Amino acid sequence: MYSFEPTEEQKMLIDSAQRYANADLRPAAHDADEEGNIPNKIIEKGWELGLLQASIPEEYGGFGEYSSVTSVLAAEELAWGDLAGALAVLLPGLYALPILLEGSEEQKHEFLPVVIEAEWKPYTAALLEPSFDFSPQELMTIAKENGDHYSITGDKVYVPFAEQAEGMIVYANLDDITQGFIIPKQIAGLEIGERQELMGINGLPVYKVSFNDVRVPKDHHLGGHSGHSEQKIVDIMRVTMATLAVGMSRAAFEYSRDYAKDRDVFGVKVAQKQAIAFMLAEMATDIEAIRLLTWEAAWKLDTNKEDASKAAYLAISGAMDMAMMVTDRAVQILGGHGYIREHPVELWMRNGRGIATFTGLAMA
Amino acid sequence: MIEFEMPKPIAQQRYMLETVAREMMRSQSRYFDENEHAIPWDYINFMHQAMRATGAGSLAPKERKEKDETKKKDRPPIGYQSLAFMLEMLSWGDVGIYLVTPGGGLGAAAIEASGTAEQKERFLQRFRQEKPSFGAMAMTEPQAGSDTSAIRATAVLDKETNEWILNGEKIFVTTGQKSLEESDGLVVVWATIDPKAGRAGMRSFVVEAGTPGVKVTKLEHKMGIRASDTASIVLENARVPFGNILGSPEVVDSRTTKGFKGAMATFDATRPLVSATGIGVARATLELLKELLEQQGVEIRYGLPRQKLTNIEREVIDMELMLQSSWLLVIKAVWMADNRKPNSLESSMSKVRAGDAVTRITQKALEIMGPLGYTRDLLLEKWFRDAKITDIYEGTGQINRLVVARNILGYRGSELR
Repeated sequence: MYSFEPTEEQKMLIDSAQRYANADLRPAAHDADEEGNIPNKIIEKGWELGLLQASIPEEYGGFGEYSSVTSVLAAEELAWGDLAGALAVLLPGLYALPILLEGSEEQKHEFLPVVIEAEWKPYTAALLEPSFDFSPQELMTIAKENGDHYSITGDKVYVPFAEQAEGMIVYANLDDITQGFIIPKQIAGLEIGERQELMGINGLPVYKVSFNDVRVPKDHHLGGHSGHSEQKIVDIMRVTMATLAVGMSRAAFEYSRDYAKDRDVFGVKVAQKQAIAFMLAEMATDIEAIRLLTWEAAWKLDTNKEDASKAAYLAISGAMDMAMMVTDRAVQILGGHGYIREHPVELWMRNGRGIATFTGLAMA
Repeated sequence: MIEFEMPKPIAQQRYMLETVAREMMRSQSRYFDENEHAIPWDYINFMHQAMRATGAGSLAPKERKEKDETKKKDRPPIGYQSLAFMLEMLSWGDVGIYLVTPGGGLGAAAIEASGTAEQKERFLQRFRQEKPSFGAMAMTEPQAGSDTSAIRATAVLDKETNEWILNGEKIFVTTGQKSLEESDGLVVVWATIDPKAGRAGMRSFVVEAGTPGVKVTKLEHKMGIRASDTASIVLENARVPFGNILGSPEVVDSRTTKGFKGAMATFDATRPLVSATGIGVARATLELLKELLEQQGVEIRYGLPRQKLTNIEREVIDMELMLQSSWLLVIKAVWMADNRKPNSLESSMSKVRAGDAVTRITQKALEIMGPLGYTRDLLLEKWFRDAKITDIYEGTGQINRLVVARNILGYRGSELR
């Protein structure tokens, strides 16, 4: 059957995520971007929504089961509040979900409860690399088997909260296959570089990280001895980024719509001009179209459909263009005011360009 | 619960329709494109008998029967969804030929939407008879296209005979000729019962084949969908019984526009279905394009970063995601219709997006295939011509943008013109 109606439980989750996004993330977004920091208090409050905790079974410290559809619904609301804030709140998922989905039984027992049963702490992942055509399937960071350990060498970028991180998953190229390795807080050869200055999402601190012959014990190879499939992790990262794009774009659409309904021009409201009204109609249509594409991809992941990976890829491919189009138009609709940092639309537009780059910065 | 599983009955229906689409439609595509106004009777007769046997294919799904509901309580209705899938598949076969599928068409949809039970019985049973017949809707006039409130055709009540006297000229009546001349069909004609009342005076009337004073005066020559006749109809003192009016015969309050809204409600139901037909054409195009590219050794590498893709790969991936996301908008709109949720916004959204997607996909396919694409050796050029109508009929892309805009802005027609 087809159905576009979330379950009652999902509706409650959407509702609480929306209330948090509205009351906490959105009001903090401007200063967080200007000052390059999201107050811990706010992240902690988002963590208490229990999104990740509800994705982890009881035996590993959580109280539920993972569902990509449910995660997508909640994450859209978070990004509606603020993209950087959403990424911060979701951060531990970047570490816990690969372990949950691809880790060995021992790894799940060893690494999950510490994350899940505590307050929010930065657990992160290092995937992106400093190359214009970076591909998660062709990493330049190399892992080599060496006796009782793996040796990892390479450079990573955009690693959120790397400096403060309690733990990290690094993805490296092991015999031409992308594999994850669980890295403890302190390890020889791991060098946290400078914090990177980006065009947007400034509330989220991201770092360069270098691996110089970092020796990882064999049992920290994600999935254990036989390793794991990388595809599902990438798929979920793509769907997550797509839903975040939808949430942020929806925020930009709503803000510019409300502005256009309020702003007088030539004796009418600016929204009463078809030039503006049609832009808004197209924004709303594209957001809805990409939302459905994202939902379908998430549902295909949950139900293990054969073409789930392709669906996830199409969803993020559509989301990056949609987010750019919608956030650009939101600025355009506000005209000169849109360009001023007092209004949030220019921040959304700066963040909007990042969607094409950010896959790997969140997993929900 | 959010789900995207194709319902089993639809999957089965689709399997059968694919054979029909391939064997009876696609194989005839070129012939009926080059012989404009030739009538594909083989297809028509086959479909008529098949639909009589299965009960499928009525544009508006049957009213849910109370008795059935207790029996199949947990089975949600899928009538519109099943129809959308059917139309998509038949249009994948050939949209021009699909458009002459026998049955009530838009005429029946209007009767379903605003007729009484008695009218439905009286007018619609003809479509279940031995011989195939057609139904059409006549709204557009030479001076009134998207602006349907500018309609000039009149209906005057002759109190002595208790008949409506219709006068006026209608154009762009899809299947008008087949409804009036080639079968015992009907046309639902829009006319005003009070020219001073504007939209409040607008009503629709069922005009049956054989009514004196009704004449098909012209068949248009079109860019595409050439198997489908697009007729001009002149009404000259055409008399129909009083009971052929759909909705109330009174102009109670010039501010209520119920009659007009009847037409608009019909569009809420039919727009996603029209989107579905365009999507069928675009899917056919994309499938052939990928097949041709594969023959040339071009493989589409899904999953690569955009920066590593070739231009052709990017185009094809964008076409695919545009097609699928538009299709999902269609499914959502018909799912809402099935579940009795107001879907005016979603219905127009599907039309906006599908109109754009299918024109762009068919245009791009030709561009990519270069000198091969432009020839009539392939059907790509035909589908390019066929697809364009999706963004025009049943409300142009612009009218649908207006509908979406009014919805999202909470504006009435007077606030956003």
